[in-house]
Amino acid sequence: MQSQRILIEDLHLAFGSTEVLKGIDLEIRPGEFFAFLGPSGSGKSTLLRAIAGFGPKPSRGRIVIGEEDVAGLPPWERNVGMVFQNYALWPHMTVWKNVAFGLEERCVPKAEIAARVEEALQLVGLLELAQRRPSQLSGGQQQRVALARTIVVRPRVLLLDEPLSNLDANLRVQMRRELLRLQRELGITTIFVTHDQEEANTTADRMAVLDQGVIQQVGTPMELYDAPVNLFVAGFLGSANRIRGRVVAEAGSRVFRGAGGVVLPVPPDEAEGEAWAIFRPQNVRLLEEGDASTEKVRQGVACFAGKVLRAEFLGSIIRYALVLEDEEEILLDEPHRPGQHVLREGERATACIDAQAVRILRQ
Amino acid sequence: MMLAAQGRMQWGAAATGLSVLLVLLVFFVVPVAKVFYVAFLDAQTGELTLVNFLDFFRTSLFRESFFNSLYVALMSVVVATIIAVPLAYFTTRFNFTGAALIHTLGVIPLIMPPFVGAVAMQMLFGANGSINLLLDEWFGFTIPFMEGLNGVILVESIHYFPFILINLSASLSNIDRAMEEAAQNLGAHGFRLFRRVVFPLAMPGFAAGAALVFLKVFDDLGTPLLLNVNNMLAPQAYLRISSIGIADPMGYVISVILVVFSLFSLWVSFLATRGRDYASVQKGGGGLMKRDLRTWEKVGAWAVIVLILIVVLSPHIGLLLLSFGTIWSFSVLPDAFTVKHYQEVFTTAWPYIANTLLYAGLAALLDVILATAIAYVVWRTNLPGRQVLDYLGTAAVAVPGVVLGIGYLRMFHDFNVPLVNEPLASWWVIIVVALMIRRLPYALRACTAALQQVSVALEEAAQNLGAGRFSTVRRIVVPLMAGGIAAGFVTAFATAAVELSAVLILVSKESDAPLAYGIYVYMQTAAGRGPGAALGVLAVIIVGVATYLSHRFVERTRAEREAAGRQAATGAA
Repeated sequence: MQSQRILIEDLHLAFGSTEVLKGIDLEIRPGEFFAFLGPSGSGKSTLLRAIAGFGPKPSRGRIVIGEEDVAGLPPWERNVGMVFQNYALWPHMTVWKNVAFGLEERCVPKAEIAARVEEALQLVGLLELAQRRPSQLSGGQQQRVALARTIVVRPRVLLLDEPLSNLDANLRVQMRRELLRLQRELGITTIFVTHDQEEANTTADRMAVLDQGVIQQVGTPMELYDAPVNLFVAGFLGSANRIRGRVVAEAGSRVFRGAGGVVLPVPPDEAEGEAWAIFRPQNVRLLEEGDASTEKVRQGVACFAGKVLRAEFLGSIIRYALVLEDEEEILLDEPHRPGQHVLREGERATACIDAQAVRILRQ
Repeated sequence: MMLAAQGRMQWGAAATGLSVLLVLLVFFVVPVAKVFYVAFLDAQTGELTLVNFLDFFRTSLFRESFFNSLYVALMSVVVATIIAVPLAYFTTRFNFTGAALIHTLGVIPLIMPPFVGAVAMQMLFGANGSINLLLDEWFGFTIPFMEGLNGVILVESIHYFPFILINLSASLSNIDRAMEEAAQNLGAHGFRLFRRVVFPLAMPGFAAGAALVFLKVFDDLGTPLLLNVNNMLAPQAYLRISSIGIADPMGYVISVILVVFSLFSLWVSFLATRGRDYASVQKGGGGLMKRDLRTWEKVGAWAVIVLILIVVLSPHIGLLLLSFGTIWSFSVLPDAFTVKHYQEVFTTAWPYIANTLLYAGLAALLDVILATAIAYVVWRTNLPGRQVLDYLGTAAVAVPGVVLGIGYLRMFHDFNVPLVNEPLASWWVIIVVALMIRRLPYALRACTAALQQVSVALEEAAQNLGAGRFSTVRRIVVPLMAGGIAAGFVTAFATAAVELSAVLILVSKESDAPLAYGIYVYMQTAAGRGPGAALGVLAVIIVGVATYLSHRFVERTRAEREAAGRQAATGAA
């Protein structure tokens, strides 16, 4: 089957009087592995379920799969494959029966059912467990059965609701690679919902970050990480330092002046006014007291002095919290190497950052 | 030192366990085993034989009784299913205001056993009962609702359908919504969805309820006797023993068949649920999708519910009419109303009431003591073989009152109680013991549930502060279980107060008889129906009040526990 495009236009949906989706506009390209990322209550699961036809009817908007608007169709007429968070395998049926169910509902001839079930189970590597019941399978195996049960009917698109959340850490990594392999093999447009950014980063071609029923930003994982459009996206994807301040005109150029005595050069086209400076802890370098003079203060590098508040050893990095002037606190990460000198609480230090690693946001 | 303390703890638990085991052996296992043994004994030669069973199946009356019992039990399950399934479906599928009403129906089999309302049903639905008189007058035909076995089926099924209703509703509302959504996602909907996914998932609940109905009906003695249907197994066993005597092997053969079929029905329900992990509720996803009813659907649903309610409450309505009516014969309603039956009951029937309170109270008290001990030994010690106590305590469910009664007669008829100088089998205390064994499963279930909700950490905290095992049980475990124990006591009391089958066999003189026996005796004669019904109403009131109290206990402890849970949660946060 050919990969299908999903187009969502101005989708509004409410539980009673609480509006959960407030005007979603989104295009998911054919064959894309797309992630909905957001905190709980952001509406990401509701959006996924709306595509499958579950939950309250949208009060407005269109959901177009391929060329067909499915928003008014009941779930059983949408041919949209969904894998549920808890797998929802029917305990009264064997693995084989679970997988055959959708084909039986579609009145596929018996011989073809057998062939396709076998093929689907082969694809997820569980053919030999076909006669087991779901309760006799491990979490990872149940996940595969749920997947086989869904793809065997050759749905137009594949929806995965927090597919990895019920697995333990090791299995999760293995399973997400497998999901990706399967998706590439089938070429099926896939959406998966997660609150785990690592999951989204490693698997998704593109993703949408949701908060409070609104899509905050859409893009590739790297775009979103490097160029968040607002404070929410910046804070939700990894840790970010954010410093409040103003962009002002100075000596023919533009400068950001923020709390804690932070002064950063900004591009000349940046408008004046209230702003936030956002930068990632790993982009900040630490200079010990005394080193600062030796560091060549190049064009486009800003440094600020402070005092170490605490140092946390996180394995691959050491995360320092630094207090600048006015009690302003920033985080910075140093890669950890054996034998490295670790600053102690109270020691003075200077932090430097390349101006191009800083992003200026207006609220 | 520590080892010695450990040893003492084990000894205390072991002594408790052994005492309970002894009670269960003497008053449950051995009497039932004795019944089985005698059934296989040649009455003349004293050798083991199958000849009694051959005799049984060679006698046409017994063959007929056997098939009648089977037929009545199965048909009762069918009729009860027809009543229960729509009700369960309404409450779990729709946002429906009648749901609360349907749930209260659940207590009906507890507050009034079928035999109490049997005669009243005869007055309403019998050949010359109110309904048929009206039908005949208006439409010129009658329906044989109460004709022979039909009557037994009708009375039993409208009393016991709540067992299916409760279990099925519980199963249905435990189904994870995602189970249903997954099926819809794959193209199933409507009746196919119900048949292929929803109903199979609710099957364990249905099977449990259906098995209970089958077992109750198959073992019931009072209802067929009062409806004058004697060609069924339990009545035959009773009649053989009471007319021919305890030497007649047929009563024992029938007892064996009753037990075997009871076990069989439990086994079938076990098979239906085995190996299927249906506890599929996940956080946040519980329960099937509920939707609002459209107006005309609401009208239809209410119509069905009102109709079912009228049928279900008809024994109660009939009983009230009977108790207040003067003469009620060949008429839609009694000729006139009076309170003289109640006056008669209050002047002459006090001993029945007093005996009932004494017997049921004692039996229930013993039950919760036994049940608490069993629950503790099984769940909180590691004594070898402790599970046996649990099995035995629960197995009493499968032993009909008739069988236990016959077992006691056989075992204890020549055992003279010292000081009283009376055979144990005819001493009133044996009635208490029979009630105790019969109701032990109820108390055991309540106490086990209560104990499982007491965190082991609470006991460990007490022991850490120096409390010994006995003192931990007394000061921590029992107080925390109090709600469950109280509920167990009240349930055991309420159901023991209206137990008839074992009582019918074990009452040796009128002055020892409890309420259920009194109702039975009164109801036998046309003149006694009024007072009998008045007694029945009294019984319903006693049991109803007790059931209400039990409900209150359960609710209150749950509220307290939830409050404590909230505290703990906020404390942790």
